[in-house]
Amino acid sequence: MKIMGFTQKIILGMAMALGLAGAVQASEGGAAWDKAPDRITDMAALQNGAKVFVNYCLNCHSAGFMRYTRLTDIGLTQDQIKDNLLVTNSKIGDTMKAAIDPQQAKAWFGVNPPDLTVIARSRAGAGGTGTDYLYSYMRGFYKDETKPTGWNNHVFPNVAMPHVLWEMQASMTPGEYDQTMGDLVNYLQWMAEPAQTTRKTIGMWVLLFLAGLTFLTWQLNKAYWKDVK
Amino acid sequence: MATFHEISPNASAGAKTLNWIDNRFPLSKLFKEHMSEYYAPKNFNFWYIFGSLSLLVLVIQIVTGIFLVMHYKPDAALAFGSVEYIMRDVPWGWLIRYMHSTGASAFFVVVYLHMFRGLMYGSYRKPRELIWLFGCGIFLALMAEAFMGYLLPWGQMSYWGAQVIVNLFSAIPLIGPDLALLIRGDFVVGDATLNRFFSFHVIAVPLVLLGLVVAHIIALHEVGSNNPDGIEIKANKDANGIPLDGIPFHPYYSVHDVFAVSMFLFVFSAIVFFAPEMGGYFLEYNNFIPADSFQTPLHIAPVWYFTPFYTLLRAVTSEMMYVLIACVLAGAVLAVAKIRMPRLFKGAIVVGALVVMAMMMAIDAKFWGVVAMGGGVVILFFLPWLDNSPVKSIRYRPNWHKALYAVFVINFFVIGYLGTQPVSVIAGRVSQFGTLFYFGFFILMPWWSRLGTFKEVPNRVNYTAH
Repeated sequence: MKIMGFTQKIILGMAMALGLAGAVQASEGGAAWDKAPDRITDMAALQNGAKVFVNYCLNCHSAGFMRYTRLTDIGLTQDQIKDNLLVTNSKIGDTMKAAIDPQQAKAWFGVNPPDLTVIARSRAGAGGTGTDYLYSYMRGFYKDETKPTGWNNHVFPNVAMPHVLWEMQASMTPGEYDQTMGDLVNYLQWMAEPAQTTRKTIGMWVLLFLAGLTFLTWQLNKAYWKDVK
Repeated sequence: MATFHEISPNASAGAKTLNWIDNRFPLSKLFKEHMSEYYAPKNFNFWYIFGSLSLLVLVIQIVTGIFLVMHYKPDAALAFGSVEYIMRDVPWGWLIRYMHSTGASAFFVVVYLHMFRGLMYGSYRKPRELIWLFGCGIFLALMAEAFMGYLLPWGQMSYWGAQVIVNLFSAIPLIGPDLALLIRGDFVVGDATLNRFFSFHVIAVPLVLLGLVVAHIIALHEVGSNNPDGIEIKANKDANGIPLDGIPFHPYYSVHDVFAVSMFLFVFSAIVFFAPEMGGYFLEYNNFIPADSFQTPLHIAPVWYFTPFYTLLRAVTSEMMYVLIACVLAGAVLAVAKIRMPRLFKGAIVVGALVVMAMMMAIDAKFWGVVAMGGGVVILFFLPWLDNSPVKSIRYRPNWHKALYAVFVINFFVIGYLGTQPVSVIAGRVSQFGTLFYFGFFILMPWWSRLGTFKEVPNRVNYTAH
C-alpha cells in the first residue's frame, strides 16, 4: 500500500482548485439511489475501504472524530496502521485530519470539504440508507464540460467535488469499481459508528436476558394475582 | 408528634433499626400510606401501566443525563465533537447516549398514552382536577426540557429547530423581538443560547419536573386512583374502612409494574440496540451535520413528539384567519342567542368578541399560529371543566362518543404526520381541517359531552379474576 506523497497531494489539490473557482452548493433532486452492498462485518472489505479512504478521501476531507487507532476494530494491528495508513505527521492516537489546510481548502474549493466521520449517518433519507446514497454518489460522476470542474453527478447535481477517482475508475472494469466503492461506503458506514457491530451483539444478549426476566415477572405477577377474586 | 415507641430488647437487629428510624422519620408510615396500605382499584387494565413507566423513564433520563454531562461540552465550538467523543471514545458512551436519546422519545410515548388513558376514563374529573393540572404542568415542562435538550448535540436540526421556534416568540406584539433576544441571549442562536439551554435542561427544568411529579403523586394518593369503570371505590368500604374493590398497591401493583417494566425494557432495548435512529424519527439524519448558521436546511422538521403542535402552528395562515374570525363570530352569536344569562354578560361577550376579532385582523397570522400552538397544549389544562358528561368512563358513554374519541386519535396522528412533512397545498388544507377539529373537540366539549344516551354505571367495578 502506498501513500501519496505530500507534493502529489499539493498538485492534486491545485488541479482541483483550478476547476473549482465557482463551487456550487448542494441541490436537491438527483437520481434515485442504488442499493449498496452490506459488508459491515466483512473485515477484508472494511480494510480495503479504509485503504481507499486514507489514500484518496483524506487528502481533502477530514474524519475529525475518528482516531486511527480505532482501525484495530476492523482487524488491523497497530503496526499495520502505523506503517501503512498514517498521514504525514499524524500519531496513531490522533484523529484523521485532511492533508489539505482547511483555510486553503476553503479558498480553493469555495466550500470546505465536509468532515466525513459521520457522513454515512447524515446522508440517509427517504431514498435509502446513507451507504445507498454514497454508493450511488461515488458511481454517479459523469463528464460535463459546462461545469467548472468538468464533472457533474447524477445523484448530487452541480456538486462542487470533482471525480477524484476517475483514474481509478478508468483502470478498472465497472464490476471492479463497484466492488471497491462497495468496500469504501461500508467503511464509511462503519466509521460513522464504530460501535455498531458490538451494539448489536450486546443487544442480542440484553434482549435474551429481558425475555427471561419478562417470563419470570409474568409468573410472579400471576402467582400474586391468582388470589384476587 | 407521634409518641416515642419503645421496642423489646430481644427484638431482632432489623426491627430495632426500623424502630429507631420510625421514631425519627416516618419510614414505615410512608411505606404504608403509599405502598402497602394504598388501596388501588383491582380492575386496572393495560392502560394503567404508563404512570409507573413514565417514572421509570424519568429515572433513566436523569441517570443517563448525569453521565452525559460528565463528557459533554456546552460550547458551540465543541458541543458536536463532544457528542461524537461520547459515542466513540467514552467507554459505554454510545449506550448512555442512545438510552438518553431513545428515552426522550419513550418519555413522550408513555406520557401521551398516560394522558389518553385519563381522557378515556375521565381521570381528570372531580375530585382529581389537581392531579390533572399537575400532570399538564409536567407535560409542559417535559416539552420545554425536550426542546432545550435537542439543541445540545448542536447539529443542523438542533440549530435550525431552535432558530425557528425561538423566532416564533418575536411574532408576539410589542415585547416579541426583545423576548426572542432574551431567550437567545444573542441576535441569532449561538454559544450564549447553547449555554443557557444547557443550564435550563440540566438544572432548572428537571427541578420543576421533579417537584411537579411529587405533587402529582401526592395528589393522586390523597384522592385515590380512578379506574376503567370510573367508579369511586371509596364509596363501598368494608368494616375496617378498606374499599371493597381496592387491593394494596404493594405487592399487587408492584409485581404488576415489575412485569410491565420488563416488557417495556424489552422494547426499549430493542430500539436502543438495533434501531437507535428509529428511521430518522428519534435521531434525525440531518442532525449528524454540525450546526452551520450560514446554511439553512431545505426542510426543517421538529422531532416527532412536537409535530402535532407544529401543525397547529403552520395551519394558521392569513387565509385561515378568516375562518377563525368567522368561528369567533359564530361562537359569540350562539352564546348570546342560546345561553340564558344577564344582559350585562351578553354585552361583555359581544364587546369581547369584537375586540378579539379586531385583534385577529390587526395582528399578523404568524402570531396567531403561535397562539394556536400554545393553545393546543394549554387547552388540556381546562379539560376537567370542559367535560360535562354525566359519567366518567368511556365505557358508559354513548357509542358515538367512542367514535368521536377514535376520530380525535386519528386526527392527532394525521396532524402529527403532517408536521414532519414539507408544506404543500393539500397537506395545508388537511392541517387546517385537523386544527379546527382538534380545537373543536375541546371547545365544543361542554355541549357534546352531555348529548346521547348514557349507559347505567354499576355500583361495583367489573373485574374478572385471572
